Amino acid sequence: MERPLTQHLKPDGSALTLAEYRDLGGYTAWKTALDGMAPDEVVTRVKDANLRGRGGAGFPTGVKWSLVPRGEGAPHPKYMVANADEMEPGAFKDRLLLERHPHQLLEGLMLAAYAIEADVAYVFLRGEYVDAARRLRSAIGEAYAAGLLGEHILGSDYSLQLHLHISAGRYICGEETALINALEGKRATPRAKPPFPQISGAWGQPTVVNNVETLCNVPHIIRHGSDWHQGLGLGEESGTKLFGVSGRVCRPGAWELPMGTPIREILEGCAGGMREGYQLKGFLPGGGSTDFLLPEHLDLPMTYESIGKAGSRMGTGTLIVLDDRTCPVGMVLNLERFFAQESCGWCTPCRDGLPWTRQLLEAIESGQGRHEDLDTLAEHCRFMGPGKTFCALAPGAMEPLQSALKHFRSDFERHIEEHSCPYRSSLS
Amino acid sequence: MAEIFARDRGWSNNYLSPAERESIEREAQAYPQRDALCIEALRIVQQHRGWVSDDSVAAIADYLGLGAAQVDAVATFYNLIFRQPVGRQVIYLCNSVTCWMLGCDALRARIKAELGIDFGQTSADGEYTLLPITCLGDCDHAPALMIGDRHHHDLDPDSLIALLQPPASGQDKE
Repeated sequence: MERPLTQHLKPDGSALTLAEYRDLGGYTAWKTALDGMAPDEVVTRVKDANLRGRGGAGFPTGVKWSLVPRGEGAPHPKYMVANADEMEPGAFKDRLLLERHPHQLLEGLMLAAYAIEADVAYVFLRGEYVDAARRLRSAIGEAYAAGLLGEHILGSDYSLQLHLHISAGRYICGEETALINALEGKRATPRAKPPFPQISGAWGQPTVVNNVETLCNVPHIIRHGSDWHQGLGLGEESGTKLFGVSGRVCRPGAWELPMGTPIREILEGCAGGMREGYQLKGFLPGGGSTDFLLPEHLDLPMTYESIGKAGSRMGTGTLIVLDDRTCPVGMVLNLERFFAQESCGWCTPCRDGLPWTRQLLEAIESGQGRHEDLDTLAEHCRFMGPGKTFCALAPGAMEPLQSALKHFRSDFERHIEEHSCPYRSSLS
Repeated sequence: MAEIFARDRGWSNNYLSPAERESIEREAQAYPQRDALCIEALRIVQQHRGWVSDDSVAAIADYLGLGAAQVDAVATFYNLIFRQPVGRQVIYLCNSVTCWMLGCDALRARIKAELGIDFGQTSADGEYTLLPITCLGDCDHAPALMIGDRHHHDLDPDSLIALLQPPASGQDKE
């Protein structure tokens, strides 16, 4: 089984240096592109590889790039941004790539920049990832010193500046137009689309924002080809994916596996199954803003398609496990508290609706709920559903709530009828 | 002009130190416009002064040619910028979903018992401020928290308290 993104991670947890990365073939894709590939060829190869965004939305990466105006007459400067603002509850996959393989990300970012003919690239990093910041800063310095960045790179006509932006917080920065506002030094509220960032992004110039894991795939696709990448996945899906598991399992962690790996293999094979004394009650397949799935879904392959058909999303691919001794109402309350806190306040349904759902859940969890509260919650799930808000934060927030109301309804009802949390006594 | 005007009146408080300016200028080459430096300037001033006071907001606004309200709007948006004084060390306790399942409330209770502080409060000796933080990306080692800029993993109330021993006690914080 091939694991192109993680096979060379050093067991001591330190980052691969430039010399080590180069010994493993690092930056040969960069040289190949600069030596003889037109930017369009890079776009086509990534498009043909069927690489889809690993940040959660799954948008085809090559298509995203192809929407940027290129060639003569295209506006400059153009910007290429790596979204390293990993803040989805339960997601910890990009941290692994950032901390331990910084040059792989830089090479992917540089190739993406070349593909869209960008002049400037940024890594947009969340402020709490301090180790990643230190290692990226050192890797960027190494790349400049080796002539891999800067003016007329490796004797070509192409020039690229690359900077590290350390963010000052807030979950909403992961939304690409909010991220662009943050990069510009403003409040990170999302922007209206259209215009899409590929046409008018940072400082009104064409801009592409890609997730860290997405970009880490690019050097390998350039080196080994589109067919090779397609062949890494199981079934219809291409490439590998970093999957993670957290919660009461024996071995929480993250693993690179073929796209399309069955959930059971991740949960039982990699994470070792549930800890002794705990049963699996449900799980969020791809971070805090995805719908709950149930033990009956364990044999589904982790693909955008199959998880979508089951009523959820693959999202970040990091599973959060709900065990039978944790209160599902409490878990959903924790998530809605998070989303209410992180709403940027820009649009009304999200700003007012999320605190409302939080309050209702607080009432139910503490035994003060009424049966009609469940109808109000269901109503909020519709009012904050897709298309009703400015960005995807509130619809994402509704996913665990609407699915919990469906799958764990009896738990909500018991809270209301017994005027207390039935899990509290069994926990103590 | 404004600077000379203010200095004549003894308003030097409202100005950035040479070290702060130097750090801001080092970041300037990364951005095409000066106003993009707002967040960098807030971070840098906070590194030097511990927090961002009204005077600091005014000083940044003046230095970057922005309105004070504009700078304050940015400063109050981002949770890693402090508009109130904080302790010498900030404890960022992750209270997102995995850490919640695996016991962050017990950590919070123990901090309250030992240091007498809850979220948003600073200990009487001015050493610690406790703040909640969104998922730290340490879910495979939950519950987790950060003290200053260091992540600490797989905590329980007792191992957490061991981290809070003052350095003077000879304990290695590793």
